[in-house]
Amino acid sequence: MSELLNNLLFLPESASTFAERVDLLHHFVVGTTMVMSAGVGLAALFMFFRYRRRIPDQATEYVVPTLKTEFLFVSVPLVFFLAWFGIGFRDFTWVTTPPKDAMDVYVMGKQWMWKFAYPEGPNGVNVLHVPANRPVRLLITSRDVLHSFYVPAFRIKMDALPGRYTQIWFEATKPGTYQVLCTEYCGLSHSKMLAEVVVLPQEEYDVWIKDQRRGRLQDRQDALADTSLVPPVARMVDQGQVLAGTQGCLKCHSVDGSAHIGPTFVGMYDRVEKLDDGQTIRVDEAYITQSMMDPGAHLVSGYQNVMPTYQGKLQGPETAAIVEYIKSLRTPNVREGASEGPAYDPIQ
Amino acid sequence: MTPSSSLDTAGAAPHDEHHDHHPSYLVDGTTIKSWLLTVDHKRIGVMFLFFILLFFLVGGIFALLIRVELLTPGPTIMDAMTYNRTFTLHGLVMIFLFMIPAIPAVFGNFMLPLMLGAKDVAFPRLNLASFYIYLTGAVFMLWGMLNGGLDTGWTFYTPYSTHTTTTVAPVMFGAFIIGFSSIATGINFIVTCHTMRAPGITWFKMPLFVWAIYATSCIQVLATPVIGLLTVLVAVENLFSFGMFDPARGGDPVLFQHLFWFYSHPAVYIMVLPAFGVMSEVVSTYSRKNIFGYRAVAYSSLGIAFVGFFAWGHHMFVSGQSTFDAGVFGVLTMLVGVFTAIKVFNWVGTVYKGAVEFSTPFAYFCGFLFFTVFGGMTGIALGTVSLDVPWHDTYFVVAHFHFIMVGATIMAFLASLHYWFPKMFGKTYHEGWGLVSAALIILGFNATFIPQFLVGNNGMPRRYYDYPERFQALNVASTAGASLLAFGFLIIAFYLTYALVFGEASGKNPWRSKGYEWVSESPPPTHNFVGPQVTFPEEPHFYVDPKKAEVPDAV
Repeated sequence: MSELLNNLLFLPESASTFAERVDLLHHFVVGTTMVMSAGVGLAALFMFFRYRRRIPDQATEYVVPTLKTEFLFVSVPLVFFLAWFGIGFRDFTWVTTPPKDAMDVYVMGKQWMWKFAYPEGPNGVNVLHVPANRPVRLLITSRDVLHSFYVPAFRIKMDALPGRYTQIWFEATKPGTYQVLCTEYCGLSHSKMLAEVVVLPQEEYDVWIKDQRRGRLQDRQDALADTSLVPPVARMVDQGQVLAGTQGCLKCHSVDGSAHIGPTFVGMYDRVEKLDDGQTIRVDEAYITQSMMDPGAHLVSGYQNVMPTYQGKLQGPETAAIVEYIKSLRTPNVREGASEGPAYDPIQ
Repeated sequence: MTPSSSLDTAGAAPHDEHHDHHPSYLVDGTTIKSWLLTVDHKRIGVMFLFFILLFFLVGGIFALLIRVELLTPGPTIMDAMTYNRTFTLHGLVMIFLFMIPAIPAVFGNFMLPLMLGAKDVAFPRLNLASFYIYLTGAVFMLWGMLNGGLDTGWTFYTPYSTHTTTTVAPVMFGAFIIGFSSIATGINFIVTCHTMRAPGITWFKMPLFVWAIYATSCIQVLATPVIGLLTVLVAVENLFSFGMFDPARGGDPVLFQHLFWFYSHPAVYIMVLPAFGVMSEVVSTYSRKNIFGYRAVAYSSLGIAFVGFFAWGHHMFVSGQSTFDAGVFGVLTMLVGVFTAIKVFNWVGTVYKGAVEFSTPFAYFCGFLFFTVFGGMTGIALGTVSLDVPWHDTYFVVAHFHFIMVGATIMAFLASLHYWFPKMFGKTYHEGWGLVSAALIILGFNATFIPQFLVGNNGMPRRYYDYPERFQALNVASTAGASLLAFGFLIIAFYLTYALVFGEASGKNPWRSKGYEWVSESPPPTHNFVGPQVTFPEEPHFYVDPKKAEVPDAV
C-alpha cells in the first residue's frame, strides 16, 4: 500500500527511520487534501450546473451563512491543520534531537564538495560511509557560503552555515548507496555538488573503518621510511589537542579541572551552565563553536568577557577538532582510545 | 439620466446625453503629454498596465528559456552562469516588476475611486509620482540586467550575494526604488479608503475588492521598508564589504534570511490578496449573488495581512533556526491556511442559489479556485514542519508557490483584464477566443507545474542547471506544459489587441453587474461621475428582486 502510494507520488526509495515517519504523514496529508478538495470541487461543479443562469437579468435570493456554517468553515480546516502540525512538529523534534548513542560525523560543505570527518578518523570527500541500523548524527558546517545537505532517500536536509554547526540525525535502514544533493543555491556548480552515503552492514563497516585506519598507518610508516613529510595525525582529538596549544586556548582554559581565566575544558561538554543573564544552556557542539566564534554571545556566569574571537583564525575542521578534544575531556580521567561504541553514553 | 442611486443595469444602453459634454477619460486629451503628465487615476492605471504587460513578457521569455534549458541534463542552450542569471532575472522581473504591482497598481488604481464613488484617489500627484518611481526602479533593474545580470536567485541569500562578482548593486538599488512606489501607492489607497468614500458607503458596504486592496496596502506600507533597508545593506555590502553578513568578521549570515522573509512572506500576500479581492467581485457578478459571508471574507483579508507578518520563519525550518521557533512559525502558518479556507468556502457558497453565467472571467474563477485550493493545501503541507524537511528548496516548493502565488494571481489578473476590459476601454472582446485561451492557460499551467510537484517529491532541488537523469521525463513534461501556456497567452494578446482597436462598443454595463464600479459610464469620464454626488443605497452586488427585497442581517 505504502509502496504503491510512494510510486504514485514519485517519492524516492525510503531508507531511514525518519523516511518512514515522513511518508506516513505525507500520505495522510495528501489523502485528506485530495478527498476534501474533491468534495469542494464536486460541490462547486454541481452548483455551477444546478444554478446556471436562465434569464439574463435573473434576480436571486439573498443568502447569507448562518453562524453555524461559518463556524464549520473555520473549525474543520483548523482541526485538520493543527492535527497535521502536531504530528509534523513531533517528528521534526525527533529528527533534530539525536539519540545519545548516535555516532558522530562532521560534515563540511564548500564550493562545491562535501567533506566528511569521523572523530576517530578517517576523513572522506564526497563519500560518507555509515553503518546500517545505527543512529548517525551529522554536525554540519560550511567553509564559504550556505549549502544544504540533502539525502532524498533518508528524507533529511539541513543547511550548512559558515561559522556555525547545525545538526540532524538519521538511522539508515537498508545497506546501499544513496545520493546527497546540495539544496541551497551556492553558485556556479551548485547542481554538481553531489556526494553519496554508502550504508554498510555493521560488520562490513567495522572492516572498512579498520582498513581505513590501517591504510593510514601504513601511509604514515611509508612516509617515515621515505623521510618525506609526515602527514598530520588524523585523529581529531589529537589534532584538537595540538591546536588547543598552538592557538593559545590553554593559556586560559585548564585541562586538569582547575579554574583559570576561562572555565576548564574538563567535564565542560554536555554540562548545563548558568549564563550571566540568568538563563541556562547545555554545552554542546553548537555552543562550543559559538563560544569560539563569538565569545561574548552567551557568557557563563562568573567569567569575564575577555576571550578573543577565533572567527577567521580557525578553519571548519580545526574548530571541529577542538570541539572533539573538549568532548574527550569529559571527566578528570581523560578517556583514551577510539570511541567506537556509543560515543557518549553518560559516565557515572 | 442622472448618475445616481439604483444600479440601473440597462445592458448595452446607448450613450446618454452627458457624453458629448464629458468625453471619456480615453479621449479627454489626446497628446502624449496629456497622458504622461496626467493625474487621472484611470490613465495612470492604464499606463501601469502597459508596462506591467511588457515586463510580464520579459519575465515570461526568461521562464521559457529556463524550461528549454531544463529539457536535458547538462547544457542544452546555455552555460551554467547564464542559467543562474536567467532564473534570477525571471524571479526578479516577475515578482518586483509584474506581480507586486500587477493588480493593485493597474486595477486597484482604476477601480478603487470608482468603487468608492470618488473622483480620484486621495493624492493624485503622489499616484503619478509612484508610477515614475516604479519606472525609474525598473530602468535600474533592466540596466543591471543588460550589464551582466546577477546570479544570486531572487532571494539574494548572503553570504553568496555579498561575494558574487556579478552585477548585484544596480539591481538591488532598483528594487529599493520600486519599494517607494509600492509604499506611495499603499498610503494613497489607505487614505482613499478612509476619506474618499461616497455618502452611504460604510466600511461594511465597501466592495470586497476594496477590502482586499486595503489589506494589501497595509502590508505594503508596513513591510516594504524592511526589504528597502535590506537591499541597500546587501548592495553596500557587495560594493564595500563591511562584513554585516560575514561570519568571519562577526556578521551573521542567517540574519539576512530573517529580514528578507519578514518582507517577502507578507509580499506573497501583497500579490495574492488583490487576487482574492478580484475573485470576490467576479464570482458575485457572474453568479448574480451577494457574496456568501461578506464579513468573513473581509475580515479574513485583514487576518491574512496580520498573521502573514508572523509566519516568515517557515521558510527557515532547516536553516539552523531553533526547534521552538519552527513550532511557533508552523502554527501561525496554519492560521493563514484557515483564513484562506474561509474565503474558498465562501466563494463556493456564493454560487449557491445563484445564476451562473459561464463566461471567460468565470472560467478564470474556476482555475483560480483550483490553484488556490491545491496551492494552499500544498502550502499547509509545507508548513507541516517535518514534511518541509525533505521538500525544502526542491521543485515541490517551486511548484507550490507557482500554484498559489503565481497561479492564483495570474488567474485573477486575466479575470480582471477580461471582466474590466469593457469598463476600461468600452469595448468587447471575442467570448469564444476568451474561453479557448482560458482553457489553454489553465491546462498549460497544470501541465507545467504538476510535473514539478512530482519531480520535487522525487528529490530534485531547485536552481539546478544540471540534474541526474532520473528527473528528465518530468522536466520534459513541464517544458511541454510551458509551451501550451505560452500559446494561451499569445492568443489573448491577439484577440485583446484586436478588441482594443476593432472591438464593438460594450455599453455601460455589459455584464449587468451590480458592483459599484459599474455605476459610472464605461469608459468613465475624467472625473468619473457627472452631476450631483452619487449615492449608493444598496450594498454591492445586490441582485434581489426589488419586490421582495427584505435583507436579513449578515453574519
